[in-house]
Amino acid sequence: MTEQTIPNKIDVHDFSFFYGDFQALKRLNLPIKEKQITALIGPSGCGKSTFLRAINRMNDTIPGIRAEGQILLDGEDIYAPDVDVVELRERIGMVFQKPNPFPKSIFENVAFGPRVLKMTNRRDELHQMVRESLEGAALWDEVKHRLKDSAMNLNPGQQQRLCIARTIAVQPEVILMDEPASALDPVATLHVEDLMRTLAENYTIVIVTHNMQQAARASDWTGFFWLGELVEFNKTSALFSSPERELTESYITGRRG
Amino acid sequence: MKRQQTDKIARIAITIVAALVVIPIILVILFIIINGIGTLSWEFFTQPPGNGMKEGGIMPALLGTIILTFGTAIAAIPLAIGAAIYLAEYAKENRLTRWVRIAIVNLAGIPSIVYGLFGLGMFVLFMGFGTSIIAGSLTLGIMTLPVVISASEEAILAVPQEFRVVSLSLGATKWQTIRHQVLPQALPGIITGIILGLGRAAGETAPILFTVAAFYLPELPRSAFDQTMALPYHLYVISTQVPGMPMDVQYGSALVLLLLVLSMTLIATVVRTGMRRKREW
Repeated sequence: MTEQTIPNKIDVHDFSFFYGDFQALKRLNLPIKEKQITALIGPSGCGKSTFLRAINRMNDTIPGIRAEGQILLDGEDIYAPDVDVVELRERIGMVFQKPNPFPKSIFENVAFGPRVLKMTNRRDELHQMVRESLEGAALWDEVKHRLKDSAMNLNPGQQQRLCIARTIAVQPEVILMDEPASALDPVATLHVEDLMRTLAENYTIVIVTHNMQQAARASDWTGFFWLGELVEFNKTSALFSSPERELTESYITGRRG
Repeated sequence: MKRQQTDKIARIAITIVAALVVIPIILVILFIIINGIGTLSWEFFTQPPGNGMKEGGIMPALLGTIILTFGTAIAAIPLAIGAAIYLAEYAKENRLTRWVRIAIVNLAGIPSIVYGLFGLGMFVLFMGFGTSIIAGSLTLGIMTLPVVISASEEAILAVPQEFRVVSLSLGATKWQTIRHQVLPQALPGIITGIILGLGRAAGETAPILFTVAAFYLPELPRSAFDQTMALPYHLYVISTQVPGMPMDVQYGSALVLLLLVLSMTLIATVVRTGMRRKREW
């Protein structure tokens, strides 16, 4: 498949986002390609996390927010008034910066999503879902004999993979990752990056990262954010080898940011 | 004097002052135990009072207080937890929220005798329950609300926000998030608040004075619409209303009431300590 023929899972059209009077995102336009990894880079406060959270409407809980423009998921505007936010979040999962398993057993962590979404009421099917999710997150072999153990006893790298397993148990179409490796050591980070590559066979992934090497290594597409604007968006290889804008170049080479 | 010396003196003085707080409670407990322990016997717990209450036991009063405590729990817990969930999870700064908060603060400040009179007017007379377990339980229940609401709200707010965010991000509804993530984690704190509130209700005299408590009723109640004896009121009666009442019976009754209330407080403390140790976030 050439890059032109990869369908867009998400289309962003002139999307702006406000916290009260402060405009955090300024008329963004970009495609998120299906079953590809899109990295969002930029300095702290540039709006990349705000944009990520706008995609599954996790910003909705903050008072005084306002969105303009469109984010289309499979052509449907997720900010349309008739959109059911709960349903949207079933389709768009999220992995957070800090590993944050529930203070419950490993099994219960993964089973939570399928349970509340009533995906099955059969014990064996639920068990199968938990197993597949843990396998999908490359954690099954490490925890298969202690599924009833507290998730808090896992190390941070395992906890983060557990959180990924918990997210894919809901069988979302898109997975948003907010600096998923920033709290992990280098080995665990590589683990998660490998995992992302595998996950991209089945899921559309959007990842926010501070880590330039990570974006270069692990993503297919990269968007560079600066002060709420999308400065540049391109294939990762192109953006890193021959950035079109001077600002992008100075940021990725570490002279700015 | 050198600053370091002043510092030492301040520390000693403050420690002594803090220690003084413990003395009254120890004295009260010791005094009651020493004077009342001789009266406690199997008969004292299992027999009704006899011979103009000068002899026999306290069984109907003790059982009545236990029944009233359960009745209070049934009346107060659903309202209190509902209000706490509303305030902690749903409340926006609007008029309803302000009214609920004002109501809670004022409920906590009302003298207990006023609850008793309110219960008489509202439940006994207006709603026609008569002096009955149901009227007494409702009165005590309302009095217990502020303690349980405040403790529950605090316990709910103490659950870290990130668990709510994660739960929502997995497609759970707000109610599922509260039901499956927030409440289970807040439960030990809520239970502590409930036990403390009920402990206070169990020891109160004024709210049951006009609403349920019987002066002397050796038979046990048969339904929620019957009167019952209750330990705090019984203690009041035998201490002030019965001439020639033997002191040891009075102290014995006081000791049982004290043990009942203290054991509830103790359970609450154990639950809270246990949960602090188990908490993993």
